[in-house]
Amino acid sequence: MAEKEEALNNLEKIEADALAVLEDVANQESLEAWRVSHLGRSSPVMGVFSSMGSMDKALRPVMGKAANEVRQALETAFEEKQQLMEAKALKKALETEQLDVTLPGRPIAHGRLHPLTQVLRRITRIFGDMGFQVYPSPEVETDDYNFTYLNMPPYHPARDMWDTFYTKTEGVLLRTHTSPGQIRVMRDRAPEPIRAILPGATMRYEQLSARSEIEFAQVEVLVIGENVTFAELKGTLEDFARRLFGEDARTRLRPSHFPFTEPSAEMDVGCFVCGGEGCPVCKETGWLEILGCGMVHPVVLEYGGYDPEKFSGFAAGMGIDRSTLMRYRIDDIRHFRNNDVRFLRQF
Amino acid sequence: MRVPLTWLKDYVDIDDLDLEALAKVMTMVGLEVEEIRMVGLPMPSGEKHEFKYTGFSWPEDKFVVAQVDEVMPHPNADRLVLCRLNDGNEEIIVLTGAPNLYEYKGKGALEKPLKVAYAREGSTLYDGHQPGRKLTTLKRMKIRGVESFSMICSEKELGISDAHEGVIILDEDAPTGMPLVDYMGDAVFDVDTLPNMVRDASVLGMAREIAAATGKELKHPNAAFEMTGPSIKGKAAIEINDLELNPRFVLGLIGGIQIQPSPYWVRRRLNLAGMRPINCIVDATNYVMLELGEPLHAFDYDILLERAADETPTIITRTAKDGEKLTTLDGVEHALDREMELVTDTSGPLSLAGVMGGEESEVNSNTKSVLLEGASWNFINIRKTVSKLKINSEAAYRFSRGVHPALAELGVRLCLKRMHEWGGGQVAKGLIDNYPAPPEDPVVELSTEWVNNSLGTDISAQEIADILIALEFECEVEGDIITAKTPPHRLDIHTGIIGRADLLEEISRIYGFDKIPSQRLNQPLPPQQVDPSLGMEENLKDLLVNLGLQELIAYRMTSPEREARRFPPDFEVPDQQYIEIQNPITVERRVMRRSILSSMLEILEYNSSLGQRLALFEIGPVFHPVEGQQLPEEKMMLSIGLTGLREKPSWQGSEPENMDFYDLKGVVEGMMQGLHIADVGYQASEYPSFHPGKTAKILIGDLEIGVMGEVHPLVKANYEMEEPPVYAAEIELKPLLEAGSILFDVEAVPTYPPVLEDLAVVVNENVTAAEVEAVMRKGGGDYLAKVQLFDIYRGKQLGEGKKSLAFSLTYIAPDHTLTDKEVSKLRNKIIHLLDQELDAKLRS
Repeated sequence: MAEKEEALNNLEKIEADALAVLEDVANQESLEAWRVSHLGRSSPVMGVFSSMGSMDKALRPVMGKAANEVRQALETAFEEKQQLMEAKALKKALETEQLDVTLPGRPIAHGRLHPLTQVLRRITRIFGDMGFQVYPSPEVETDDYNFTYLNMPPYHPARDMWDTFYTKTEGVLLRTHTSPGQIRVMRDRAPEPIRAILPGATMRYEQLSARSEIEFAQVEVLVIGENVTFAELKGTLEDFARRLFGEDARTRLRPSHFPFTEPSAEMDVGCFVCGGEGCPVCKETGWLEILGCGMVHPVVLEYGGYDPEKFSGFAAGMGIDRSTLMRYRIDDIRHFRNNDVRFLRQF
Repeated sequence: MRVPLTWLKDYVDIDDLDLEALAKVMTMVGLEVEEIRMVGLPMPSGEKHEFKYTGFSWPEDKFVVAQVDEVMPHPNADRLVLCRLNDGNEEIIVLTGAPNLYEYKGKGALEKPLKVAYAREGSTLYDGHQPGRKLTTLKRMKIRGVESFSMICSEKELGISDAHEGVIILDEDAPTGMPLVDYMGDAVFDVDTLPNMVRDASVLGMAREIAAATGKELKHPNAAFEMTGPSIKGKAAIEINDLELNPRFVLGLIGGIQIQPSPYWVRRRLNLAGMRPINCIVDATNYVMLELGEPLHAFDYDILLERAADETPTIITRTAKDGEKLTTLDGVEHALDREMELVTDTSGPLSLAGVMGGEESEVNSNTKSVLLEGASWNFINIRKTVSKLKINSEAAYRFSRGVHPALAELGVRLCLKRMHEWGGGQVAKGLIDNYPAPPEDPVVELSTEWVNNSLGTDISAQEIADILIALEFECEVEGDIITAKTPPHRLDIHTGIIGRADLLEEISRIYGFDKIPSQRLNQPLPPQQVDPSLGMEENLKDLLVNLGLQELIAYRMTSPEREARRFPPDFEVPDQQYIEIQNPITVERRVMRRSILSSMLEILEYNSSLGQRLALFEIGPVFHPVEGQQLPEEKMMLSIGLTGLREKPSWQGSEPENMDFYDLKGVVEGMMQGLHIADVGYQASEYPSFHPGKTAKILIGDLEIGVMGEVHPLVKANYEMEEPPVYAAEIELKPLLEAGSILFDVEAVPTYPPVLEDLAVVVNENVTAAEVEAVMRKGGGDYLAKVQLFDIYRGKQLGEGKKSLAFSLTYIAPDHTLTDKEVSKLRNKIIHLLDQELDAKLRS
């Protein structure tokens, strides 16, 4: 029995010694060293296990159980110690680690869509929600599509409204507006009804300056059906303006003249720079002109392949550059096509 | 056109409308008011105005009508005079240097006092001595020893015109002491006249629109007067060669006139409307043109007699003969062609019909008799003449847009009356009127139902008729049907369906666009067309932006020389057809671009000095003329440009490196992946704009769709660029978008763990990474999920002409955990195949 007594005492001592040493452990390295020396292969407690073979058979279960208990106790103590130290370390870290949060973040090399693409997408989306589909059309056009089919036969006074770039090919010019696309979509779709928008680049003969460009983006809107009314033109375009410029946007329609629409109108929106108070952008009027529109002229319907006695429609056209210019108070319209990345990156 | 308020009031009673309300009425019927220039009248009250106001007001206590009773010499200055002036309150000595008062100097008390516009001390007006219009306030000062504190005003100082050669001398009946604003205060509306509303390029025309919109009565000018002279019969004759070009020609005659200035109120109105007063005869023609919209022309009758060698002068209208010349009254000699319509007599051309009179027969200071022309011309013919001769005039502006022939006679009568009033003399009885085929004014029939269906309104037949009647249409209403006859002053109304559209415009704008209800579209949705490339293009732009690229939109117009810069200097640029612009704004932009790469290089150059990192793309058309086809092919292209640092420099971390070929390739690969295009290939290739060893053509299947690579150093040298190499790609959009897919297979996310291992193989230098990868995939089969190159090494121990490629391989089975045995079997197969096919050895 003395053997048993001694062996148990020895185990107790092993436990007590180990715990005493653990008490003084203060860092991760000595903790690891403690684990090796007190729980590792050659540790005293493991030594007990390996000496079991030479032990009395009757003693083995008792000793095995006791040694296991000691090992478990040491393991628990180790884990507790470890947790304690981690908590301490974390506490210390939280107390000492401090960043200068005002330092700049790591720069991410990003790209952006061109501002005109962004505005065009907003417009396309608004009309898309109303069932309008995009229809592409050419930028180099014939005189017929750009003028004649739009009710401007040669020498028509209204041709003066556009300063035109002609090409050296007879009857071919750079389109001055997106309206020739009206004829193209009509000839393509007649006699089906139409709800289309036609975005694209247009070109006009101007002297380049901060206020005038030779190339600019436009969007054409076209509705053809069997009883399209002026009231629908008004409602559709007012909805569009509210969605583009905000729920509170005021609009007004003012008579105007385009040879390809009759009646013709221009839509003004309450100046978004000054809120209608009057400023240099709106030339002190409180209104900004955003689009031209009107009921499709019977001559145009006929050129497009629709019987004007049966069909009617409305059309609208708007410049993207100028309204974007006003919206962001950009000082020079040429920025859009000069492509200075310092300008483009801001959008 | 500029129209003074006081003139408008002659034809419509608008005293109850303030300026703001009137301008709004005008704008809302289509007479867009761009500016209101105050010439004396008080600025409108209130802070918020919808119109732009310029000019200034004449306060009643500051500006008055005064009379100069005597003009005295200045004691110390020859060029100054002292005026004894009565402003209605008191007598004052006013100093002035006005040359038009010199003639009264030292004449003692004037028999007829001169009426003048007088500004008292403290008045604010324009500075007559400074260019432009700058306000100044009158202060007390001494000029050459004489005290001065007030002013007799010139037109410039009051804002009436830019004339500052003398002071204004008002008409004799101007009441001394009356506030000047009450006597002649005005406001000038600057109206943007629409091209189809040339009938409103007249004061009467605008008054008619205002009357119609406000329900007021239009007061026509009274052309009636007694012609007291002998009959015009036998004094002149008219021959019209072509009625198409000249449907009507009217002549009137006035003799014994006195060439003198018009009354001041006439000159003031002309000035305010933007026309320079000349003399009473020329002024009368201009006045009536502004009043009615009918341009008129006055010939010196004695010169015509002389030219006719005392025969009856015969006016012949005809087109010019080849080589014929005419000097117009602006002193310019024009070479004429056979299309240009002329007014001539038996001795040759007199004037350019409807555009400008000739110098020889114009009214001058000795003119005693005037033959007055009122005519009607074909507007297309006038337009052609104007555009060919690059000449313009108020008359041409109107005639080139169409003036109704009915106005010719009315214009002549009204003008003769005014000439007689302002220049004296006797008007010959009767007119000579050559008008053989008066046109029928169009009659349009429209139903109330059609009008309301078109507008979305509920307007009654009577209401519609009332609007048209207010615009002087003759209307009949029968039940639902309105029949409207076009009034004899407009040429813009047609018949049939077009006529109905014309009337719809008239009805809607006078009814008021603001009164038409707003409705959402009530149409069936048209058949939905599918154009997948549009959505795909949007995807592509988003993808490229997500890959860190900035979108550009470049000019389409360029020059062949600019585009040639994309080739090395010694390269023989192929002779390519361009879309050439006939009237370019500059030679630098005289053709439509053929190369999107060229645009990209120019924009990289433009931004190059900013240094750092440039990563750009553009999607847009290039223009290729096609043989036998009127319009060019507009080929959509994508360009990508990269140069500079791979990352933006930061305060942290290592120095970033410059981008290289593989940055560009990474973008292209990312793009292909994002568009879900498989079967993409890259083959080393040579293109003139690119570095021969650092360039690949891009293929989808067997189809070449573009090129990417380092821009040839010699090409780069054509541009002013910073040091780092430039990488660019040029890709055709159509095949790219067509290969893209929005429907693709998604691989299941593996549920069993992958086995990873690295394999480094030594191969000959000419073996590409793509070839090694292909063999690995062949050996690894379906379980080899991923092959990624992570290192390339060349070194002595490998031997000359050898390189080591290190790959990381990922094996996954979809249905079980791979065992070591399975993996080692695959590995051995790969190693075997590599050896067999590429002579590749495992690197030990």
